[in-house]
Amino acid sequence: MSAPLVKPKKKNPVERTRLPTRPPASRSRSAQGLTRAAAEGRFEMQVCSECNTLQYPAREVCCSCLSEHLQWKPVDNRGELIATTTLRHSNDLYFRERLPWRVGTVKMAAGPVVVAHIHEDCVADGPVRLALKLDRSGQAVLHALPEKDTPNMNDAAQLRESACDPKFRRVLVTDGKSAMGQAVAKAMLDAGASAVFLGDPTRWKTVAAFDTLAADPRVQIVELDVTDTDSVDRVAASIGGKVEILVNTASYLRDGGILGRKDVILARDAMEVNVLGLMRLAQAFGPGMCFRAADGTNSAVAWVNILSIHALAALPARGAWSASMAAALSAAQTLRAELGGAGVRVLNVFPGPIDEEWEQLTPPPKLAPSAVAKAIVKSLQDGVEDAYVGDIAEEIRERLRENHKAVERELGNQ
Amino acid sequence: MSGSQRPRLGYDGVAVVTPVTIPYVRYSTHSAHWWLGRALGALIRGAGIAKSDVDGVCVSSFTLGPDTAVGLMQHLGMSPRWLDHIPMGGASGVVAVRRAARAVQAGDAEVVACIAGDTNQVDSFRNTVSQFSRFAQDAVYPYGAGGPNASFALLTDYYMKHYGATREDFGKLCVAQRDNALKNPHALMKKPLTLAQYIDAKPITDPIHLFDCVMPCAGAEGYLVMTEDRARSLELPFVRIRSTIERHNAFPEDPIQFRGGWAMDKDALYAHADAAPEDIDFLETYDDYPVINMMQFEDLGFCAKGEAAAFVRKHSFTIDGDFPFNTSGGQLSVGQAGAAGGYLGFVQALRQLTDSAGRTQVSGAKLGLVSGFGMINYDRGLCSGAALLERGHAL
Repeated sequence: MSAPLVKPKKKNPVERTRLPTRPPASRSRSAQGLTRAAAEGRFEMQVCSECNTLQYPAREVCCSCLSEHLQWKPVDNRGELIATTTLRHSNDLYFRERLPWRVGTVKMAAGPVVVAHIHEDCVADGPVRLALKLDRSGQAVLHALPEKDTPNMNDAAQLRESACDPKFRRVLVTDGKSAMGQAVAKAMLDAGASAVFLGDPTRWKTVAAFDTLAADPRVQIVELDVTDTDSVDRVAASIGGKVEILVNTASYLRDGGILGRKDVILARDAMEVNVLGLMRLAQAFGPGMCFRAADGTNSAVAWVNILSIHALAALPARGAWSASMAAALSAAQTLRAELGGAGVRVLNVFPGPIDEEWEQLTPPPKLAPSAVAKAIVKSLQDGVEDAYVGDIAEEIRERLRENHKAVERELGNQ
Repeated sequence: MSGSQRPRLGYDGVAVVTPVTIPYVRYSTHSAHWWLGRALGALIRGAGIAKSDVDGVCVSSFTLGPDTAVGLMQHLGMSPRWLDHIPMGGASGVVAVRRAARAVQAGDAEVVACIAGDTNQVDSFRNTVSQFSRFAQDAVYPYGAGGPNASFALLTDYYMKHYGATREDFGKLCVAQRDNALKNPHALMKKPLTLAQYIDAKPITDPIHLFDCVMPCAGAEGYLVMTEDRARSLELPFVRIRSTIERHNAFPEDPIQFRGGWAMDKDALYAHADAAPEDIDFLETYDDYPVINMMQFEDLGFCAKGEAAAFVRKHSFTIDGDFPFNTSGGQLSVGQAGAAGGYLGFVQALRQLTDSAGRTQVSGAKLGLVSGFGMINYDRGLCSGAALLERGHAL
C-alpha cells in the first residue's frame, strides 16, 4: 500500500532549486496515437480493420495480415504482470534523479505484451489495469495500476509524476469574484490544495460567496486584474514563486455577432480579457512556474485555461466572444509548447454553456460551475490535457468529428 | 522442422582463417572507421596478402554512422566486388560467415574480410541505446531508460521465477568466465572475481547486479573467408564450417523471452553436421547477461528447457574444466565492443581450432560451437545464430 504523501515543509531558501528535466520524448508519428488517447484519458491502441489484431508497439501495417488499415480504438486494459524490475540505474537524467523506478512486462488480456511503469501497489504475477498517461515530456506512457484502487494510490511518486494532483499544492485562481472562480477555489481546497491565491479584479464590488471563501485561512486574496499589466506583474512579483497550479478563471462573455454593431469595442474587450489577459498571465507567471517544475513534492505542474467548446466551433450569436475563445485556444497551444519544455502541463477545459449570470438567456442544459470545477480537479488528478465537460461540449465535439461543415451550418441557425 | 525443406548444401571447400582482435579499450577518441580499418589491416598482414586481394567485405558496426559499409570502402580505399553490411549485433559473427562462405563457394568473391568494430566515446552508449530502434524509442526507452540492463532484468526475473535458477548459478558462470579471462591478454577485466564478490555487487536493475553486466568498450574483431585451396597455398591454418543456422523474430507468440531461435533450428544444425552436442569440445555463446547463456545451453541441446541451472551446478566452465565455455572470458570479462561483441566468440573459436589461443587454448579442441544473439528491438532479442566449426588441420 502506498504511504500517504507528507505535506512538504516550507522551502529552505538557501538550498538550490532542482531544475526541470524531461523523460525521453522522441516518438514515431504512429506512436502519437497513444498521445491523442492519453490527452483525454482514454485507453486506445491500434486494431487492424481487416483481421482485428491488436498492435503494440504502434505500427504502420498489421503484424498479422499486413493490412495498412489500422484504427485507433478503445481496447480492454486488463493484463497480468509477468515480470518486474526496479531500476537503480538509468541512462537518462530525468530518471536518474527519480530512482528507484519500477518497470515491468504486462501481458494484456487483449493480446500484446507491453513494457510499462509499474505502480508500487501492483503485485508480481498479479492482475493489473493499464492506463495511458502523459509523462512530464507530454508524451503518452503506459502505467500499470493495481486491479482495484488502493489507499493513497495517487500519492505514489511514479504516478504523481504523470499527474498534476492539487494535493499539497498552491493554486492561483485568477478571478475569484466569478461563480466559476469560487467553485474552482473550493474544489481545489477540497482536493487537498494547501493554499489558494484568489484573485480580486473588482475590489469595489462586494460578493458574499467571495467573502465567505476569503475567511478560510488557506485562502489569500490578491488584487489581480488580467487587463492591467502592472497588476499582473505586481501579483507575480509577490506570489509568483509559490504558484504551482494556475487556473485562469478570468472570462469575458457577451452576446453579439459581428455585423450587428458599428464598432469593435465588444470584441476588443473580449480579447483584452480572454486572450491578452492569458498572455499577460503567461509572461508574468510562466517563467517562475517553469523554474519550479521539478521542485519536489509540490513542484509547479499545471496551467489551466477554462475555454469553451466554442473555441472549436464559433457560435455566431456570440461571434466576437467565440473569436476570442479561438484565439485563446491558439495561444494556449503555444503556451503548451513553451511550458512543456519544463514539463508544466497546459490543461485546456472545453465546457458547454455554464449556469452563470452572463448566460442567463441560454437554454438548459447548463453546467453548474461546481461541475466544471470538479472536472478540472479530476483532469488534474488524472493528468489529462484536454477536457470536454458536459453533454453539450461532448456532443458538439462528436458532431465536429462527424461533419464539421454541418456544425457550422447548424450553429449559424441558433 | 527441416523435413519438408530441400537439403542444404554443405560448406565444402570453404576455409575461415586469420582470427584478429584489435585490443579493446574502455573509451576511445577514435571513430569506428579507425577500429574497422585497423582490423582490415591486421587481416591483410596476418594472411600475407595484398589489400587488393580482398575482393569481398562484410561489415558490422553500431557507431559507423552516418556511414555504412559503402562509405567505409571509400574511406579505406577498397574496391570489393562483393559487399555486405550486417546490422545484427550479437549474431553478426555467425551471420557474416554464412554470407561470406556462400559468396566464396559461388565464386562471387575470392577473399572476404569479415570485420566488426565500434568505438566507445563517453556518450556513445547512451546515444546508441536512446536511438536503438523505433520500437525501443516508442515503447521501451521512455520507461526508465534502463537500456539493455532493464530488458534483461525482466527476462531474468521471469526465467528465475519459472525455472528456479538462482543468482549463485549465474554467478558460477561469471566467475568461471573471469577465470578464463585472466588467461586472455585482450580481456579488459584483469582481476579475479569470487562468487562472494559477485553476490555482494551493487544492484543495477533487480535482479541484475554489477557483474551481470558487460562493460561497453571500443575494439574490433575480424576473420577472412576464402577457399581451402587458397588457405593451403598461403599456408594458413584454417577452420571448416560444418553447419550453421540463423533465425529472426522466433516465437513471437511467447509472452516474454524464455527461449531463442536456436530452439527452432538446433535439430537442423546438428543434422547438417551429422554431429551431436556431446561431440563438442568447447562452446562460445553470446553472453551479454548470464541468463542468455542459460537459454543457449538449453536451446542448443546441452540440457532440456528449464534445466540449465542444474546443468550449471553439474559442470565447471573453465578452459581446463569438463565443459570449456566462453574461453576468452566472454564479453562479461573481455568487454563489449559494440558489434565486435557479436564476433568475440567466433574469433575465439577460430583461435581454438587453429592452435592460436595461447593460454586460453583448450587442449585437443577439434569441434567447437559458436552461437550468437542480438538486437533487443523491443522486449526481446530477435536475431539468433550458431555455427559448428571444425579444425582444418590434423591435431
